[in-house]
Amino acid sequence: MKFVDEFRDAGVARTLATQIAALCEPGRRYKFMEVCGGHTHTIYKHGLEDYLPETVSLVHGPGCPVCVIPMGRVDDAIAIAENDDVILTSFGDMMRVPGGRGSFFDSKAAGADIRMVYSPLDALRIARKNPDKRVVFMAIGFETTAPSTAMTVLRAAADGLDNFSIFCNHVTIIPAIKAILDSPDLRLDGFIGPGHVSTVIGCRPYEWIARDAGKPLVCAGFEPLDILQSVYQLLLQLKEGRCEVENQYARVVPWNGNPKALEVIGEVMELRPHFEWRGLGFISHSALQVNEKYAAFDAERIFSVPGVRVADPKACQCGEVLKGVLKPWECKVFGTACTPETPIGTCMVSSEGACAAYYNFGRFTRDRVKEATRA
Amino acid sequence: MCLGIPGVVIELMADHDDLAMVSVEGVKRAVNIGLLQEEGVVPGDWVLIHVGFAMSKIDEVEAKASLDFLTGLGDAYTEELEALAASDITSP
Repeated sequence: MKFVDEFRDAGVARTLATQIAALCEPGRRYKFMEVCGGHTHTIYKHGLEDYLPETVSLVHGPGCPVCVIPMGRVDDAIAIAENDDVILTSFGDMMRVPGGRGSFFDSKAAGADIRMVYSPLDALRIARKNPDKRVVFMAIGFETTAPSTAMTVLRAAADGLDNFSIFCNHVTIIPAIKAILDSPDLRLDGFIGPGHVSTVIGCRPYEWIARDAGKPLVCAGFEPLDILQSVYQLLLQLKEGRCEVENQYARVVPWNGNPKALEVIGEVMELRPHFEWRGLGFISHSALQVNEKYAAFDAERIFSVPGVRVADPKACQCGEVLKGVLKPWECKVFGTACTPETPIGTCMVSSEGACAAYYNFGRFTRDRVKEATRA
Repeated sequence: MCLGIPGVVIELMADHDDLAMVSVEGVKRAVNIGLLQEEGVVPGDWVLIHVGFAMSKIDEVEAKASLDFLTGLGDAYTEELEALAASDITSP
């Protein structure tokens, strides 16, 4: 078993599609949000919407960590990188994200030392090799990547490295889901839960969504059959009048998450009082910062940053896309002024962003062209 | 960045207690297994890798159960089709 190909069988997918169609009540429309950008990517890459009846629509959620970084934070990171003795390291996804004064790529072209890394541990290696430089890691991501950043800080502390720090932009998923549920624009029938975040936090933190908000949630894997099965499970719950948290991705997600990962996050980081999300605005207790104990590794304490809030460009509708109110192709600048090469908004940058996924893999059916050109 | 990759553990690295050599589609790479200390990692285990860290062990039994469920859906459908084909309500 390779845990990939088995979950891509087209024959099983077609059977699932039939079962899904059979579960839909005639005349009823269903809207499910896939919270995670990884799911959005799979849905478009494999054309999964074509397997679903017209009455079932998938709405893309805020779970793309690159997409939710506000422009002001990009500017702050660039301000750090502009120090002569600084090497800023970042995941590749962040490089094109536009800030108020351009992207990391622009800043690199202008002379700043900004390097792409695959892992925060690569950043640590760069710090070891460049003792005369200060190496800053642009830490982004939900609970999926926060433990890796925390482990890296712990390693730096254990090794006594004094030229390494992180610019912490880690965010947490639950407040984002709460913000979505509080948004009056959107009526949802259920959630496809973020599989990889759940490897860390487990399934328990979602229980209130079923219990208090009355929405079923199925924690899902990232292969095509995983997503189709989750839609099947959501529809089955609705049909049977159940509202529960289910774990479709049990092969990877333990119900209680990864206690060690939660422990290291807790050791190094603490909740911020509030954090700005692109498109969603300020959300209380929705992001992490380095705590007092590890202050020596906190770039925000080491460097002075502008910390200025920058408004998104007027033409950009990433906010609506992130909340699932607009489909990517409904944005005014989608595919014209805003493309993956020259993105205006973050959703067009990351491979997990809804706009980029749609731009790269989406197919314009006749209905959609009609819908897109109606306005 | 957030797309996890499954890989199979080849060996634990003797000189680093928190690293293991993992094969991902035939490519070997050192991966940090510090977050799975409590579960314990041994060669042959499948792990899900994010940004250089093994985040979770992949449970083969659960994977099989999931696949059985999926193919089972197909069986039920095939059985239903067979039953439909076998049924003839016009015969006396």
